[in-house]
Amino acid sequence: MTPRQTGPRVGDHATGHLVGDRLYVARSSRIHDLPAKVKLVVALATVFLIVLTPPEAMWAFFVYFALLVTVLAMANIKMVRVLPRFIVEVPFVVFAVLMPFIGQGPRLEVGPVLLSEAGLWSAWGLLAKATLGLFVSIILAATTTMSDLVEGLHQLKFPSLIVAILTSMIRYVNVVTDEAARMSRARAARGFSGKGPRSWPILAHSLGTLFIRSYERGERVHIAMLSRGYTGELPQLGQGRTVAPATWAAAALLPALVLTVCLTAVLTQ
Amino acid sequence: MTELPQGSPTLQIADLHYEYPDGTSALRGVDLTIRSGERVAVLGPNGAGKTTLMLHLNGLLSPASGAVVIEGTPVTPDTAAEIRQRVGLVFQDPDDQLFMPTVQQDVAFGPANAGLHGEALESRVKRALREVDMLSSANRPPHHLSQGQRRRVAIATVLASEPDILILDEPSSNLDPTSRREVAEVLERLGRTTVMVTHDLSYALQLCERSVILSQGRIVADAPTVELLSNAPLLATHRLELPYGFDPTKLSA
Repeated sequence: MTPRQTGPRVGDHATGHLVGDRLYVARSSRIHDLPAKVKLVVALATVFLIVLTPPEAMWAFFVYFALLVTVLAMANIKMVRVLPRFIVEVPFVVFAVLMPFIGQGPRLEVGPVLLSEAGLWSAWGLLAKATLGLFVSIILAATTTMSDLVEGLHQLKFPSLIVAILTSMIRYVNVVTDEAARMSRARAARGFSGKGPRSWPILAHSLGTLFIRSYERGERVHIAMLSRGYTGELPQLGQGRTVAPATWAAAALLPALVLTVCLTAVLTQ
Repeated sequence: MTELPQGSPTLQIADLHYEYPDGTSALRGVDLTIRSGERVAVLGPNGAGKTTLMLHLNGLLSPASGAVVIEGTPVTPDTAAEIRQRVGLVFQDPDDQLFMPTVQQDVAFGPANAGLHGEALESRVKRALREVDMLSSANRPPHHLSQGQRRRVAIATVLASEPDILILDEPSSNLDPTSRREVAEVLERLGRTTVMVTHDLSYALQLCERSVILSQGRIVADAPTVELLSNAPLLATHRLELPYGFDPTKLSA
């Protein structure tokens, strides 16, 4: 695990969180200490099993929720800390709310309106699965740094080109946003307000400039990489350590429980 | 790293020519020999071909004609992989050089490409970071470092490959006076064969006994740094200027 920096931040980046670190919540816990590749596999398996669960087995989803709340508690993170992150789900919620109205088949009378029964089930299923899936990824992101995640993907034999792209993205997203912030300050310093369609050409030019600068930086970075013997594949760095079977077993407890619930739900339908 | 007797030629450049794809001539016959243990400054105004010359030294650019020889090995596409471990290039902007998520991973990049791993790699990384006084920042992301710290880490990233020659592009650019001094101290302490490409004349004087002037793609002067900097007409001809109030002759006394 990369220890999070606690001292005062040096340099010209005194404002705000770094883009790459925003989701990580630094705590010391067993969940944080798990190797990233284990967490990735566990998260993927868990989401997969949750999605397979039939929506009619409503109880199962509440059990899942309880399990995930337990994991969050084990990570020493309070629910309120990550609650705002569920906001990204809003578009799905809107879509789910629409489903009972546009669904086909037999209708149910709920107050003054008739709702599609199939639509209600689909809406519930979508909402429950999206929320739980999101919950899993929120836990993953809150307990694993971005660079550890990429390292984990690398160890799981994710295509090296994609790993290389992700690595550079993490590294340069802050450099590029800083550059954009400096450009915006320079515009503001000369009286630009950025309101209304009249400002669009200016913003478009700035965006173009930013693109070209980033592109040129990409070229320079590539030269610097070649200069140190880069051959198209990032070397395996950090702990190429093998994960102890006991660690795998402990981490597999979550998907194992989820699997049990899922099977029970399927069989009792 | 091969230990050579002090004074044998480490880097030889012979009649090097290079043209950019658009036909602009960048290097027009560069001759330069650098001996083991020397620190040499390559001085020249912007556009003199300094960076172009630097990119030839480890085979990132291939010359139109002429040759670069490192410790007896000519730089060609076939030897480039080996040469890139032996010639360490430190680029001007550390943000270009530091592309990995953490300092430690970045320093490990070069030697790992050369096939080092495990404890050997780890001890290399530690040694390189200790040499530039940045060991305590091993796990930090480069973005959290100051400009001077980034520059020192950039130097460590090439030291980790234990190069025979260190090539630095404008090592003092964008540094405040304190960081500038810290980087200078590191370079002095390393005592490696170093080529420093710069237009910072006082930095050249501080760190390099010998300097050459690159102008319009040719080496036009090669002498002890004090001597070069005391030759006002020569400097003026090649658009080089000393900082205001700086008198190299007084320093040498």
